[in-house]
Amino acid sequence: MDEFLQSLIRGLGTGSIYSLLALGFVIIYKSTQVISFAQPAFMLAGAVLVSYLAPQVSFFGAVVLAAAMIAVLALGVERTVLRPMVGKPVFVVAIITIGVDVVIRVVTNAFIGLDVRQVGDPWGLTTVSFLGAEVQQRYLVMIGTTAVVTIALFAFFRYSRIGLAMRAVAYDQEVALAQGISVGSVFALSWALAGGLAALAGVFVATGAGVDQQLWIVALKALPAIILGGLESLGGAVVGGLAVGIVESLFGTYQGDFAPWLGPNFALVAPYALMLLVLLVRPYGLFGKREVERL
Amino acid sequence: MKGRPELYTSYGQDMAFLNTRPKRAWTGGLVVLALLVPFLITDDLLQLLATGFVAAIGAIGLNIVTGYAGQVSLGHAFFLAIGAYTGAALSGSETGRVIGFGITSLPIWLLASGLVAAFFGVLVAPVAVRLRGLYLAIVTLGLVFLGEHVFREWTSLTGGPGVGRPAAIPELFGVRLDRDNAMFTAAQQLYLLMFVLLVIFGVLARNLVRSRVGRAFAAVRDRDLAASVIGVDLTKYKVLAFAVSSFYAGVAGALLFVVNGFFDPGSFSLLLSVQYIAMVLIGGAGTISGAIMGALFITLLPRITRELPAVLPFISGDATGTFTVFQLEAVLYGVLIIVFLIVEPRGLFGIWVRVRNYWRTWPFSY
Repeated sequence: MDEFLQSLIRGLGTGSIYSLLALGFVIIYKSTQVISFAQPAFMLAGAVLVSYLAPQVSFFGAVVLAAAMIAVLALGVERTVLRPMVGKPVFVVAIITIGVDVVIRVVTNAFIGLDVRQVGDPWGLTTVSFLGAEVQQRYLVMIGTTAVVTIALFAFFRYSRIGLAMRAVAYDQEVALAQGISVGSVFALSWALAGGLAALAGVFVATGAGVDQQLWIVALKALPAIILGGLESLGGAVVGGLAVGIVESLFGTYQGDFAPWLGPNFALVAPYALMLLVLLVRPYGLFGKREVERL
Repeated sequence: MKGRPELYTSYGQDMAFLNTRPKRAWTGGLVVLALLVPFLITDDLLQLLATGFVAAIGAIGLNIVTGYAGQVSLGHAFFLAIGAYTGAALSGSETGRVIGFGITSLPIWLLASGLVAAFFGVLVAPVAVRLRGLYLAIVTLGLVFLGEHVFREWTSLTGGPGVGRPAAIPELFGVRLDRDNAMFTAAQQLYLLMFVLLVIFGVLARNLVRSRVGRAFAAVRDRDLAASVIGVDLTKYKVLAFAVSSFYAGVAGALLFVVNGFFDPGSFSLLLSVQYIAMVLIGGAGTISGAIMGALFITLLPRITRELPAVLPFISGDATGTFTVFQLEAVLYGVLIIVFLIVEPRGLFGIWVRVRNYWRTWPFSY
């Protein structure tokens, strides 16, 4: 039972990272109908920034600063690279974001070098006792932070004027434009939000083991999460992220016992297998909206 | 119709394989040039070009499913891998470490690689039929990761990560093409082999896309709902597009490492898929010649950037400097994709079309 609880907490912890990333994907998708493959690069860049800033301004200051800087970077990318492509086929725009991802990642890698950089987080690998099981502190921090951030985001979309504007744009861009909403700044803001969330997620991934050049792969795990949840659903992104984290963690713990033929490290790809299964049954994800097409 | 080469009196004439005289002249000239090249340039360049031709076969395959039928696939690396391992396992010899069946005859293992890959393509296609746009892109991306896992773990087939296994053995009518013989060097033979195969598969693809099937693909790409209303069977054509595309990928995958002779499962990562996407987009989506241009361009790109340190002294040629050619190369992929999509969405093919149109009416080009 302890083992189960431990892997559950670990799953929820990594799952909350995926949730943060997935929220970024979904926010961008809702406002611009594009999946931004640049999220991994923003995540990596965020973690690297923190590893450089932390010695100067303390860990927590560095996290806030890095999230803000990555948000500005994402905003800049949207303004310069993505804005000329408004109205072009979504696939083409998605491929452009792959290009952006490659460029930012190569530049970031130059700052990482071949070593593993530490972000200087106060948790490390220390454990605390939680409901009778030894769990790593950092997972509890991740779960807590993600809960706070998610609630803040939902409140922002629900109650603030800008949040309302963003929802209007997601609902119908032209009508929103006719109401006097600046669709362009909504695009920019969505990218900034997604960038900030990715940076935060990057820091969490880097706690414990540090930052290396392979860190970005983690961000792609958020893709099964958003597919599971459905591309249009913020709630779905959170649930999908947590589900992916839990599935991955439980597979990591138990798959060696009940299905060794899948090979070691199957846990790392289990989310993708789960995604395939869910999509065969529900092609629009669990919470996605079924699109009615018209000619 | 003498003296009026561009007057078409039937649809068939307009859709003919090489419908204008300049096209015939250019194609003929290029083929002759390509056949002369092996006797003019050095072996290492020939090997590079041979790899480029193989990549072109793969890029044509991706272009059929993505450029013509509009089904975004990031899973091309997966199908390339299936082809590569089918070819290598069929033609390789059984050692204690990896399996092999010793069927070295090239036509047999080449066809088998294509068919096995096509089979997996057909398996994936039903998912594609049910999904729209970017959902499909992500699912095919998931396929790459699942494939990577399988190939990493199945060491008796793949030799395991970091170790790998020998690539397929190209033997045609009892002659090993990857060994020097009295008349030709290995590089010359492989170059000619790959060129002939590229011509065969290029012509086949061109014929496919100008047929009824090709028009159905284009209809599905442009608006699948409208296509189904006018009687295009969506399921059938999406499955067909995936099957043909995976067949090409399988063939290309089997040949891709023949030149190097060795490969390991780490080669089939997401990066490979992105490279093929880049080939198609930089070359020009929805054109066969564009895919070939894009594939050659992307394959030759590392070679070109390697030459840069000599010209631009601030770029460091070895791996330790602050701004190395390897970083430059990786950045260039990204930058080229971005620049081409924003500035010239039709890719290299589009540039060629503009050049052609300029000269067609020269000197009255406005």
